Amino acid sequence: MSDPRLAVIERRFDKVGKVIAVSSGKGGVGKSMVATSLALNLRDQGYKVGLFDMDFTSPATHVILGVEGLYPEEENGIVPPIAHGLRYMSITHYSLDEPAPLRGVDVSNAIIELLAIIRWEELDYLVVDMPPGIGDATLDTIRLVPKLEFVVITTPSKVAYQSVRRLLILFKNLGIRVRGVIENMVMKPGNYIETELEKIEIDHLGALDYCEELEDAIGDPAKLAETSFYKKIGELAPKII
Amino acid sequence: MHEWALAEGVVTTAQKFAEENGLTKVTEVIVMIGELQQIDHDVLEFTFEQLKTDLFKDAKFILKTQPAMFKCRVCGNEWSFKAQGLTEDISEAIHFVPEMAHVYVKCTECESPDFEVTQGRGVWLATIKGVKDDE
Repeated sequence: MSDPRLAVIERRFDKVGKVIAVSSGKGGVGKSMVATSLALNLRDQGYKVGLFDMDFTSPATHVILGVEGLYPEEENGIVPPIAHGLRYMSITHYSLDEPAPLRGVDVSNAIIELLAIIRWEELDYLVVDMPPGIGDATLDTIRLVPKLEFVVITTPSKVAYQSVRRLLILFKNLGIRVRGVIENMVMKPGNYIETELEKIEIDHLGALDYCEELEDAIGDPAKLAETSFYKKIGELAPKII
Repeated sequence: MHEWALAEGVVTTAQKFAEENGLTKVTEVIVMIGELQQIDHDVLEFTFEQLKTDLFKDAKFILKTQPAMFKCRVCGNEWSFKAQGLTEDISEAIHFVPEMAHVYVKCTECESPDFEVTQGRGVWLATIKGVKDDE
């Protein structure tokens, strides 16, 4: 008989309008920063928003939000706590800041477990911060999460984009909806990414200049909201949702 | 009760299995519970009673525990899980997400966190007994 957890995952998203997964083929391109800023911007714009950090081995959104000591409520499953107006779920609610050395099969099991037991409240958008690449988390998300659309992050670097391109091709081949690509950490103007995206018919949603104020705003969402990075994500948000 | 969410998965899967196999009445459901998750049997039994549909009206839900065993991928050591000695916070973390064992449990020989849970993880359906119309 099939895994009983799989039977209930879809209904756990009954009250969620849309799931926006922020992904990349490469690590270190700013996924967590974009995902967190997107979730907070959507909150600013009056939407009910959740943020789910699905990067179990390298979670980062709790650092960006500056939260600790949060714990889900137990109520016919678990209900994510509220952080800065977001329904916020992270493995760090359980692992704290200890290392979580999980192999692929364990990542997959932990994802399925959480998808089966998290009871999302009514949300317009659930933003998911994905781990990089096309491993278990990405494949499980595609397989199990309904109402799913991806936003993919790259830097202007050819090295980053080549990994991103493989991810985009995978999504295309699987018929997964991709809203487009955000180019992050742009230090000098160029059209390499835009030209490459045209070749595979994926939208270039916008470019975010390298933002020097960002590092000082980590852990302080009020300060983050003052950065040019955050404001630009707010401008891009209508294209993403 | 987080057990409610797991029980819902078991009942939904059992219902689907019974329907697909043409059962008109389910008489017995055996549910295996991995020790690692430290599920409260009374809570789970109560939840089954709350969730069960007409098809399961006369069904007996039998819960069996499978002991949790680990095998170290580094030194090959095998050992059994003991919840005793874990703090309440750690115990709860493993209760909600059993993979948190890799955060808090180490090989009893070489202290590596790189081990396999060889048995005793999760909640699953072992058998369903019932009757078909033509029986």
